[in-house]
Amino acid sequence: MSVFIDKHTKLVIQGITGRDGSFHAKQMMEYGTQVVAGVTPGKGGQRFEGTVPIFNTVMDAVQATGANTSVIYVPPPFAADAIMEAAAAGVSLVVCITEGVPVLDMTKVYPFVKERGVRLIGPNCPGLITPGESKVGIIPGRICTPGPVGVVSRSGTLTYEVVYQLTRAGIGQTTCVGIGGDPINGTNFIDCLAAFEKDPQTKAIAMMGEIGGTDEQEAAEYVKQHMTKPVVGFIAGQTAPPGRRMGHAGAIISGSSGTAAEKLEAFAAAGMGIAKRPIDFVELIKARL
Amino acid sequence: MNLHEYQAKEILRAHGVHIPPGRVATTPDEAEAIAREYGTAVMVKAQVHAGGRGKAGGVKFCKTPADAKEKASAILGMSIKGLTVEQVLVTVAADIGTEAYVGIIVDRATKKPVFMVSAAGGIDIEEVAATTPEKILYVPVDVRYGLPTYDAMRMGFFLYPDVKLARGAAKIMQQLYAAFMASGCSLAEINPLVVTPQGELVAVDGKMVIDDNELDRRPEIAALRDERSEEPSEVDARNANLTFIKLDGNVGCVVNGAGLAMATMDLVKYYGGEPANFLDIGGSSNPEKVVNALRIITADPNVKAILFNIFGGITRTDDVANGIVTATKANPLKVPIVIRLTGTNEEIAMKILQENGFTASSDMDTAVQQAVALAQGGK
Repeated sequence: MSVFIDKHTKLVIQGITGRDGSFHAKQMMEYGTQVVAGVTPGKGGQRFEGTVPIFNTVMDAVQATGANTSVIYVPPPFAADAIMEAAAAGVSLVVCITEGVPVLDMTKVYPFVKERGVRLIGPNCPGLITPGESKVGIIPGRICTPGPVGVVSRSGTLTYEVVYQLTRAGIGQTTCVGIGGDPINGTNFIDCLAAFEKDPQTKAIAMMGEIGGTDEQEAAEYVKQHMTKPVVGFIAGQTAPPGRRMGHAGAIISGSSGTAAEKLEAFAAAGMGIAKRPIDFVELIKARL
Repeated sequence: MNLHEYQAKEILRAHGVHIPPGRVATTPDEAEAIAREYGTAVMVKAQVHAGGRGKAGGVKFCKTPADAKEKASAILGMSIKGLTVEQVLVTVAADIGTEAYVGIIVDRATKKPVFMVSAAGGIDIEEVAATTPEKILYVPVDVRYGLPTYDAMRMGFFLYPDVKLARGAAKIMQQLYAAFMASGCSLAEINPLVVTPQGELVAVDGKMVIDDNELDRRPEIAALRDERSEEPSEVDARNANLTFIKLDGNVGCVVNGAGLAMATMDLVKYYGGEPANFLDIGGSSNPEKVVNALRIITADPNVKAILFNIFGGITRTDDVANGIVTATKANPLKVPIVIRLTGTNEEIAMKILQENGFTASSDMDTAVQQAVALAQGGK
């Protein structure tokens, strides 16, 4: 079992002929993901790598192939429209990898996808992977291995670091989800915690947050109220100065709110394990399995 | 990107908000000339990207043109929170009856622009929120419909019981909202919104923060960037497509990915060191980026050791290794370097580094401890 994606996931790739899209399309196909279609306006009728049919619109792709999930690699000015196109075409999960989507675009997109009951992950995220079954996005497949830990994170490479340490220590993962580093994203920590709580294979959760916003504090409250499974948390940005955007658009301490200290306090109050360093996840998770 | 007060006011004025006349001066003589032209009492206000300008002595009331010259001479060149004042806004002083706060931010929780209004204006809104939250009215806006008149009126009446003022304020809310959306803001505020003794509504101070992701499609806003008011190394880094923030420590950090970059800084601190910077070379692996990163970091005389922490996913570690070799051949390093590489093409990267006399480890904690020790003058 897993959350959000598994071996039955049928994927359409928006921007499949672009530089990033084509590279990662091949990686996903090699990993074993069922890539059933690609979309590039004007290239409908062609095939990607001689096999995957390309369509002009997501609507065409879904009707012809029964794709149920979309992943987006289009440039930032077109990303908001691409998300809405996918949601309108009837897929149930949209994963937006694109970094640099204006936040005001997301204020329009978010209610659009919610009203259609579609799950959006991202934007500005590495996507997700269910080891051994399916990968949607850019998380390197070889650092993951199947097992009992659910991983959820706002970061990309920091997630790889932790997953890699877990895998090296022989601890596998049910699903790893990168929810993205933007201030407005489609899926938050609580959505993922709730999914992991319901998934019978997941026995413990590793959660990597960062400075900015209150998503981690609300997640901690959720852990306290609703989770029976152990959760170990980490916050990046303890040494970040206030008022500065630390790479991710959402990683910013506004005034006195969104600090690492306030998030770690919330974790402690919820009885969560706290990883002071990325490497600490290994021992903390091991002790809870 | 932060706009200066005078820039924000020009945008608000273009959207119809009533703002006292004002112009920018870079010399005391210019300030005097502007004040003379207005023929009335003026405010001379430092234009820097820092809060608390008034408390720092950067905002002064001037009765005469000679007074404006003298005050401008004191303010120009002064340092506010480490930023040198290069220009002042000379603006007609408004008679102040009451002061209110009107602002919009993109709220992460509701995922909407949210208005915040308060009759307790003229002071820090965060302070009001912390001490007397009941004095703030929050109104979220669904961007698909814009700000409806009834919501604008609700905010108007929250500030002013008088219907004429409430209507006037509601109109300003709609103008502020239009400016916010048209400029790609993540924050826009008028503080204070003043009612003069004559009963007029006037915006006396304005602030706008632009979402950096909007700049590509709004060249007219991007052109407002004032590079003189930024840290030179950060300007250099931005032009090289690197995300760089200068800090006060002595361990220079080069990392791929924002989350890992923050975690690396934190780990430097955990092992008793202080990071000199945040630097994310991003996902694509281009040796040129590494060359630029090293140039920017080694220009900081505080840096006593350099730490590379690269987790190769999309980034190919051999590209990073090639970048390190190229950069250090062109400009030999004067400080020690510690390299941690793991992931995509790790074996090739290690071989490149060894052939060029570098050692590298694949463990993050070991590398950070080494870099901290070297920066502190250890072995």
